[in-house]
Amino acid sequence: MLTDLDPVFLARLQFTFTVAFHILFPAFTIGLASWLAVVEWRLLRTGDKIYEEVYRMWVKIFAVTFGMGVVSGIVLSFQFGTNWSVFSDRTGNVLGPLLGYEVLTAFFLEASFLGIMLFGWDRVSRKMHFASTVIVAFGTLLSAFWILSANSWMQTPQGYEIGEAGILYPTDWLEIIFNPSFPYRLVHMVTAAYLTTAFVVGGVGAYYLFRKQHVRHARVMMGMAMIMAVFVAPAQILFGDFHGLNSFEYQPAKVAAMEGLWETKKGAPMVLFAWPDQAAETNRYAVEIPKVSSLILTHDWEGEVRGLKEWPADERPPVAVVFWSFRIMVGLGVLMALTGLFAIFLFFRKKLFDTRWFQVWCMALTPAGFIAVVAGWFVTEVGRQPWVVYGLIRTAEAASPVGAEQIAPSLAAFIVVYLFIFGAGTYYILRLIAKGPQTEDEVFGTHGVDKPPIFSDMASEKGGDHV
Amino acid sequence: MFDFAGFLDLPLIWYGLIAIAIILYVILDGFGLGMGLLFPFAPTDQCRDRMMNSIAPVWDSNETWLVLGGGGLFAAFPLAYSVLMPALYIPIIIMLLGIIFRGVSFEFRFKAQGRSRKIWDTTFHVGSLTAALMQGMIIGAYVQGFEVEGRHFAGGAFDWLNAYSVMTGVAVVCGYALLGATWLVMKTDGETQEWARKSAAYVMWYVAVFMGLVSVSMPMMNPDISALWFSYPNYLMLMPVPLLTAILFFVLWFDLQKDREIRPFVLSIGIFLLGYLGIGISLWPWLVPFAISIRDAAAAPTSQSLLLVGIAIMLPVMLAYIGYSYYVFRGKVSHEPYY
Ligand code: HDD
Ligand code: HEM
Ligand code: HEM
Repeated sequence: MLTDLDPVFLARLQFTFTVAFHILFPAFTIGLASWLAVVEWRLLRTGDKIYEEVYRMWVKIFAVTFGMGVVSGIVLSFQFGTNWSVFSDRTGNVLGPLLGYEVLTAFFLEASFLGIMLFGWDRVSRKMHFASTVIVAFGTLLSAFWILSANSWMQTPQGYEIGEAGILYPTDWLEIIFNPSFPYRLVHMVTAAYLTTAFVVGGVGAYYLFRKQHVRHARVMMGMAMIMAVFVAPAQILFGDFHGLNSFEYQPAKVAAMEGLWETKKGAPMVLFAWPDQAAETNRYAVEIPKVSSLILTHDWEGEVRGLKEWPADERPPVAVVFWSFRIMVGLGVLMALTGLFAIFLFFRKKLFDTRWFQVWCMALTPAGFIAVVAGWFVTEVGRQPWVVYGLIRTAEAASPVGAEQIAPSLAAFIVVYLFIFGAGTYYILRLIAKGPQTEDEVFGTHGVDKPPIFSDMASEKGGDHV
Repeated sequence: MFDFAGFLDLPLIWYGLIAIAIILYVILDGFGLGMGLLFPFAPTDQCRDRMMNSIAPVWDSNETWLVLGGGGLFAAFPLAYSVLMPALYIPIIIMLLGIIFRGVSFEFRFKAQGRSRKIWDTTFHVGSLTAALMQGMIIGAYVQGFEVEGRHFAGGAFDWLNAYSVMTGVAVVCGYALLGATWLVMKTDGETQEWARKSAAYVMWYVAVFMGLVSVSMPMMNPDISALWFSYPNYLMLMPVPLLTAILFFVLWFDLQKDREIRPFVLSIGIFLLGYLGIGISLWPWLVPFAISIRDAAAAPTSQSLLLVGIAIMLPVMLAYIGYSYYVFRGKVSHEPYY
């Protein structure tokens, strides 16, 4: 029975599930690490205890998220080999060094200074602790640099030649690392991570304000988050637009799927909503605005946009997934930018911190970043199909010689384990949020232990229940 | 394209570097996993808190050596990576699941209170046990070799599973327990240390027996290995390996009777190094045993060169800050949470 299932399909499902799970954590930790660095810098500059309390609350949440990000990432790095061995064999010369550099420059840096950041408060000086936070934040950005370079090369490969047995050989490292879609993807993804964090921090701040708890801390959270919403959310729309133009140049089939265009047209319409029907090669229930797609993509009302029918049916991505994921991402981007506008408006009316509907709005948008990030990756990755390395290696030929009877159970195991871990992690994070920042005389450990350390080691050795 | 192949033996250097990454992983995460193996047997909850605290700040960087080992193999020997990973699909996935449970247990346990803490005590133990057992079984499968056709693994899903690999699995579990126990002897005092010392002295015998079994069985299973070790003049040159191992066990036994604190850990590391060396010598020059040699598996010289630059620059830097982070958390640990 299991052997009837298509192993490539299962492998894709498993990779999608594990990588989509993984990206939730980097999306949050990249932003949170940088934000904690800013908070700690404010603490050092002003000496205001409020920043320390905010820091100590969020660093616990950071620790939980980071732990889950690390273990889910390790799974990914092995999956290249276990599930995509042909891909690994053929691209190893090119991608191997990039991933190697990620480990050498980023992972060790993050991991080592994370220990000091979480457990080092009283073991190193204040300055050294701040330096550790900054280094961890820097590490997450380096990590994004290398992994996105690798991923972007898979989208827009260059700087290689093809040898025997389809093995790729590098010819120019700079062309490989700085491939055409990389700068756009790096900027767009890092900004996405910052926005994700801003909306989580802002949402939690809004929740406290709504409940009139921890008001001073909540103002710090909400205030800093709104600065991001005001300046960075509109910038992200701009970056996204540039990114789209770049894809239009290098991966036009993907853009046709994003736009839901089947026919090549001058003056192509913007399809707002539709149900793309892959088999019938058309859109059902389409709502369109004439000529706008051409205007956005070619800066000309009458510019030509190539439709999906330009490509043979077996070189088209699954349109509906790309089309809808794209709309989810862009829709959330617009909501984020709107949040910024509301914030400006309320700020000048001196009501930013006590407008009930706005607090509810911010609370509702707490998960917006995560959803937009996953949707964005679905656009990028599903839009690349049927290629794993665009135009070079098809996903179907990249898979390992591993049968469905092995992949189906491993996929099931990942789903069960991840849901369990994710449930527990979310539960602990929500509890930390419910508990809120602790003032100096309440808190004893960065790890959320309530009891003061009055046990002496002598007493400890005598046994007892638990600390 | 720049390329050092003209004056450096790149495959050999990379073989050495990956071997170093893997042994560093085995030793560093080995004592961490060993902690998880010993966890439920500790006499009190205070002991368990101490055990956790002794590795909480460093487990992440220790585990990163595994990522470097895997990533290094992908970069420097992609062919070996893409043959070994599918061949070991099941044990690797199970090991990863073990690592997941064990890794999240650190953070979750610190947050949990009362009864739910027991859940994370259990996942910590079971996760460590699974990961250690699978690593041992992977070694067992590895030394028995793989069936390869062209550039692919051509064997079955369960080729890795047999009595021999179960034996090596248990052997590694015992070995990690020894590393964990001697680490605790070094990092704690009082009751915890006393218990750790007893545990080390106990598990040490198992490690010795298993190392003997592996050393005898490997030449028996493969005539080439047997010829390598027992032909003249090789055995004169190789004799020091088993001899030195025996001496280390002997000294370890005496140290554990006395109140030596640091040396038992160093000796256990020495035992691991020698065992590893023995396996390495036996399998030379295979990277995928008995099918693909280190030269056949090597990545393009330019790829190996590029990453070598990274290693040459970053390895000293990494070792410096990793050393610093151990230095920050030096000395005996207490059961109290760090601040
Ligand atoms: C360095 C490489 C790399 C990176 C950074 C990412 N991916 Fe990817 N992705 C792959 C390398 C890859 C892959 C190995 O190439 C897959 C497996 C099969 C395939 O077609 O591409 C893939 C497939 C794949 C698919 C399935 C597409 C399909 O089969 O229809 C999805 C939805 C994602 N990825 C999503 C993501 C997300 C959410 C990421 C955020 C971290 C991500 N990818 C980063
Ligand atoms: C699909 C490809 C990916 C692979 C193979 C991968 C691999 C890994 C691995 C092995 C780790 C754990 C490292 C450790 O031991 O500390 C990790 C963590 C991390 N990854 Fe990924 N990753 C992928 C995608 C991404 C993407 C797209 C990003 C961000 C743009 C990213 C950012 C990070 C960060 C910041 C961490 C640190 C841990 C954390 O913040 O949770 N990764 N990744
Ligand atoms: C509202 C305007 C936005 C536009 C026009 C836009 C545009 C795009 C485009 C065209 C892509 C696909 C790139 C490719 O071809 O591979 C993309 C990917 C992506 N988007 Fe957006 N985006 C917007 C908002 C957002 C927001 C608000 C987030 C998250 C907070 C986000 C997160 C992502 C991510 C994570 C990816 C995948 C990584 C990448 O390829 O850069 N986007 N975006």
